[in-house]
Amino acid sequence: MHRVKVRVVEDALDANNTIARANRDDFDRHGVTVLNVMSAPGAGKTTILERVLRDGLGDLRVGVLEGDVQGSLDADRLAHLHIPVTQLNTGNGFGGECHLDANMVRSALPAIPLEDIDLLIVENVGNLVCPAEFRLGEDARIMVASVAEGDDKPGKYPLMFRSCELVVVNKLDLLGHVDFDMDRFDYHLDAVHPGVARMRVSARTGEGLDELREWLTALPDRAAAPAG
Amino acid sequence: MHEFSIASAVVDTAVRHAAGRRVTVVSVRCGRLRQVVPASLAFAFEVLARDTLCDGAVLEQEIVPARLACAACAREWEIELPVFRCPTCGTAAVAVVAGEELEVESIEVSQDEEAPCIA
Repeated sequence: MHRVKVRVVEDALDANNTIARANRDDFDRHGVTVLNVMSAPGAGKTTILERVLRDGLGDLRVGVLEGDVQGSLDADRLAHLHIPVTQLNTGNGFGGECHLDANMVRSALPAIPLEDIDLLIVENVGNLVCPAEFRLGEDARIMVASVAEGDDKPGKYPLMFRSCELVVVNKLDLLGHVDFDMDRFDYHLDAVHPGVARMRVSARTGEGLDELREWLTALPDRAAAPAG
Repeated sequence: MHEFSIASAVVDTAVRHAAGRRVTVVSVRCGRLRQVVPASLAFAFEVLARDTLCDGAVLEQEIVPARLACAACAREWEIELPVFRCPTCGTAAVAVVAGEELEVESIEVSQDEEAPCIA
């Protein structure tokens, strides 16, 4: 027996990225734009989707892929919207993955009616760390940060805040009840992701949601436009 | 906490390149911007390597410092904190030069000289 060194030089997440590209090809073939929505648990992703999708997004046919460790509570909440909602659980029984990866999304593809939708919104598992590492084959990423989480979070989770192109600050209705300074949040956000687009909303009162609705409605056209 | 996800990907990559041979060392390069905690990655690797070709393998980690370059004033510098702004001219038009790596660099395998297993 002797030892041999084997040169690898491969991105550790290469396997995931390869599957993400295959997902992207499938989405593109069906003309479906895909949005990956990430946040900490309880930031309000599902409530925002409920409110934003209730009145529809113009002529866009929207579908949702719900990623959760367990259960279908979120999918159940969206059921009344009468849009295709697919539940994807990362575990069975107790425990499960804390994020979605490209392969999980790939396994869910047969259950998603790609030919009947234009925009697929993927609600990732609530987590500010791991989801940022795993591409799913999406066109765009947004994250939701709620004022209840504190204004210092961009500095603590730079990977997440750097990986998205829009930061939605939710629970504006709680300002005044929590120690959250919007200027300080912007300062921390600009330190890790200078100039990233941001919106301030309250999913509870509806404040700011029209702007988000417009952003989502225009997303397929933006995604289809050549980069640059 | 994402060290387990990354370690799992590292084990898979190493096993694939080992092509059936026993792995003794796995060398990885982790950029500081990936927020990987070395001790956590080592622990996760040890646990996830069990019952695979990487069982008992040593994980060598090279931590790559985070370096930025400013397009406006051509300065290049290393950052200790995640602040993506040029300290000289204040512009936000900075590019990450290094620090986002997450690579399996090489593996060391033990190989039988008589009959190398390529399965």
